[in-house]
Amino acid sequence: MSTWSRNRNGRAGKAGDASVAAALAVAATGLLVGGLALAFFWAPEDADQGFSQKIFYIHVPIALTAYACFIVGAWKALRLLGTRDRRYDLESYTAIHMGVIFGLLTLVTGSIWAKVSWGQWWTWGERQLVLFLILFLFYSSYFMLRYSTDPGPRRERNSAVYALFGVVLIPVSFLAVRIAGTILHPTIFTHKGANLPGTMLVSVAVCFAGMLTLAATLYRVELAGKRIDASLRELRELLA
Amino acid sequence: MSGYAADVAALARKDLLLELRSRETLPAMLLFVVSALTVFHFALPAGSSARAETGLLWIAIVFTALLGLGRAFAAEREQGALDGLVLAPCDRSAIWLGKTLGVTAFLVLAELVALPAFALFFHSLSWELVAAVALADVGIAAIGTLLAAMAAASRARELLLPLMFLPLVIPVVIGGVGASVAANPGSFLAFLGLYDAVFAILCWASFEYVVTE
Repeated sequence: MSTWSRNRNGRAGKAGDASVAAALAVAATGLLVGGLALAFFWAPEDADQGFSQKIFYIHVPIALTAYACFIVGAWKALRLLGTRDRRYDLESYTAIHMGVIFGLLTLVTGSIWAKVSWGQWWTWGERQLVLFLILFLFYSSYFMLRYSTDPGPRRERNSAVYALFGVVLIPVSFLAVRIAGTILHPTIFTHKGANLPGTMLVSVAVCFAGMLTLAATLYRVELAGKRIDASLRELRELLA
Repeated sequence: MSGYAADVAALARKDLLLELRSRETLPAMLLFVVSALTVFHFALPAGSSARAETGLLWIAIVFTALLGLGRAFAAEREQGALDGLVLAPCDRSAIWLGKTLGVTAFLVLAELVALPAFALFFHSLSWELVAAVALADVGIAAIGTLLAAMAAASRARELLLPLMFLPLVIPVVIGGVGASVAANPGSFLAFLGLYDAVFAILCWASFEYVVTE
């Protein structure tokens, strides 16, 4: 038990953690405000969809950030399985937690976009949304797995294996939704044209950088909170 | 026969022998799949297309598999045999492979009844459908066995298994339904084969982490 607490909390509460998080938060605010300013005032209005296309600069960065979180979660899970170092468990959990939040936001913003563009809140023809629905269901079960398994090495490894499954499920589902889209539900609408103009691309890249920084900030804050929570629980167990 | 193959064969044989003597899982699966098909007949309005019927067959297969998977580690859990298996001097992945072979055998046996029953109740079978079911069985058994082992370690095992299993088999359902109804079943069958290969390798490699304490 004592080695566990030492490993688990070895990096908690370092003096620099709070200032790093604060710097990240400032950077995220700056990048997001700048990116959205570029999107609204600099990038041209879309010829087809007009003003409503501006949600593209929020929706796509959020979706890409969700993928990034899932990939980080799987990477930490792989490290956990490889090194058996327990601090990766909380890191993987936190990354997936962030991924689920951004995944839910992707579903919400995508739904709003679908409503404005096509008059429907949900369309099965929109592959990216269907893919996110599958991933959202999959990763929500990750929480169920964690909550219903007793804390310990077994739970850490089961969660890690499940997180790895997720990162394999992403391309497999992408392929599945794609081949299903071609035949079962013909895709009529596409979000992206063949080529984005340079100004749009730059704006969306800045927004993406902002979202990534925002996710990194939230990740650090949440990780610190989860670590404190874990050490508190251990303290309580020791005292009990 | 090399040591690994002999281990796998012994483990699969153990599961089949256990089932042969207790007759707990397979009769339940058979009864369930026929009942499900009967329910589906009444769930479909008269004049529903053959495509809708095929889709329901896939639902029946997935849920029947779920029923069998829920019992996959029951014997090990109740008798504490999993610890013994993990301690046995064999590769841990052999436990997964043996169990997967057993689960696949149950699924195939259940479908030997389900597919003729489907042909009798609804419409005749195409070879693409049979091939897709065979390919899907492998993927379902591979993933399901690993998830069942995970769920067995949790408190809410009966609850947890379907939650983890269903999102993962959505690609199988897409591939299976596509192979049964689309004009070009080849690409869907190839996709199912790819799914089987990818997830079987992943499960084979990661099972050790799921069962060791």
